[in-house]
Amino acid sequence: MDAAVKSRPPPRAKATGVVLDSPRWLGPLFIGPAVLYIALLVGLPFVMALYYSVSNTTTGGQTLGYVGLKNFAGVIGTPKFQTALKNTFVFAAISQAIIIVLSHALALALKKDFRGKRLLRFFILLPWVAPISIGTIAWLWIFDSTYSVLNWTLRMAGLIHGQGFMWLGIPHLAMGSIIAVHVWRQLPLATVILLAGHGSIPQDIHDAAAVDGAGFWRHFFQVTLPLILPISLVALLFGLIFTFTDMIIIYNLTRGGPYDTTQVLASLAFYTGIAGGDLAEGAAIALFLFPLLLAVALAFLRIARRTEVI
Amino acid sequence: MSERIKAIGVRAARWTILGVITFFLAFPFAWMLITTFKRTSDLYNLKHNPFLFYEPPTFEHVHRLFAETLYGEWLLNTALVGVAVVAITLVLAVPAGYALARLTGGLGEKLGIGIFLTYLVPPTLLFIPLSRVVVNLHLDDSLWSLVVVYPSFTVPFSTWLMMGFFKAIPKDVEEAAMVDGYSRLGAFLRVVVPISLSGILTVAIFSFTLVLQEFVYAVTFISSTRNMTVGIGVPTFLVHGDVYFWGSLMAGCFIAGVPVAILYNLIVDRFIAGFTVGAIK
Repeated sequence: MDAAVKSRPPPRAKATGVVLDSPRWLGPLFIGPAVLYIALLVGLPFVMALYYSVSNTTTGGQTLGYVGLKNFAGVIGTPKFQTALKNTFVFAAISQAIIIVLSHALALALKKDFRGKRLLRFFILLPWVAPISIGTIAWLWIFDSTYSVLNWTLRMAGLIHGQGFMWLGIPHLAMGSIIAVHVWRQLPLATVILLAGHGSIPQDIHDAAAVDGAGFWRHFFQVTLPLILPISLVALLFGLIFTFTDMIIIYNLTRGGPYDTTQVLASLAFYTGIAGGDLAEGAAIALFLFPLLLAVALAFLRIARRTEVI
Repeated sequence: MSERIKAIGVRAARWTILGVITFFLAFPFAWMLITTFKRTSDLYNLKHNPFLFYEPPTFEHVHRLFAETLYGEWLLNTALVGVAVVAITLVLAVPAGYALARLTGGLGEKLGIGIFLTYLVPPTLLFIPLSRVVVNLHLDDSLWSLVVVYPSFTVPFSTWLMMGFFKAIPKDVEEAAMVDGYSRLGAFLRVVVPISLSGILTVAIFSFTLVLQEFVYAVTFISSTRNMTVGIGVPTFLVHGDVYFWGSLMAGCFIAGVPVAILYNLIVDRFIAGFTVGAIK
């Protein structure tokens, strides 16, 4: 403990005073309930998920027999699972690549103060701060097969004729649409994190680079980027976690269709475990996410420790 | 001369980037607003320019939303769950954050990182076992299931944020209070908590918005329409029917979405500070 505590006045005679005064007792008393809650509602379910994945439990049944790796073996072979696994990576990789480029551009454009910046920032933050299930419904309407405003605009621009695209009805187009909504959803968060990073760079450094005659690109790649790299990585890791584990966009836009071509691990786990009632297989699918998340979390900690970002 | 051209180029590039990306990000919300007030006959006429009002605006969709769906109850359900979860979160996270900032020493840092990492364990990993837990507690299809489960993701992050806020308060503040005769608990309650109110408010708003964002648990645990929250009621009930009431759907989205966005905007700077650099010191 710290010197401040040692030098405090002697504890009062009352027994409660001793308990409430001593960091040795007060610390565990303060943090205990939170740790207990997290252990019961995160730790315990996680252990249960591990066990479910090697059992044969279902929604209605009371059976909880051990079946070894049967669920995993059964799941891995199916085309549905392989598509979902591939999609999980494709969605994450493409959307994060786009987000990295756009968020850096947007953060640079927003760095300087100008009139109306606060209002603009409010509009930019909207997709991230409004409830996501609600935001995706607006996209469902924008992508509507008959009344799509996108098709109308393309038609007016003379780029297409007739009915227009089935944005969510054709496999590759549906994937593109989902990636666009992922970018839309996560770009604001990445941008504000980067802005915080820009804000922490001392102005002297920029001034020095300007005096040395560095042009825009040289300044950006050799001065700014190295300095905000750690915080960019934090933004990327959060983005990866959100994309790996999100199922709302899929659930609201395509329900995994057409023909399960846009299913990801998270949504497949939901449709198998909850909608389909096969808790064991659903848990097995969900657990495939875990090594991915663990890798991301470890990377996160390494960066955090090296750079003291968190 | 070339300097001036360069400066104009930079300005043009900046405003192009801002304009295009802001349009992309904000357009769905503008679209919600336009759709909300358009008459049905105007909305579904393919010959009409969808950006323009050919007929006078109407409140029919908003009216239908409140009169013919349980939207009002969904809003109320969401508010009730939100308030209960915020209360539980504050009771658990404020003392825990203080303990991590001041009381637990070297162990505290590891414990803090451990708690933060549980935030990275997503609902999509836990919803299957938790659905069984909820059934065994006889809380299935009850708002209480959400009240019990939601703190599992609000507490870790709120603890982390509170730790950052408490670390920013100089230790002298409590020491002075303890010299004045307060116990450490007394100093915490009477001195530290009052000066941390803005941080506590940040955590409260943040937790409330997380509740509004949540989807996976709500759609897993709640089955009857009456018990739904806004986030699942609007998509499940209004989209699953054979007819899509787009006007009412968009009204439901706009009414639930934009006030939350305004609320969130109030705290976003503090939130980002806590998110990224709040806990360095």
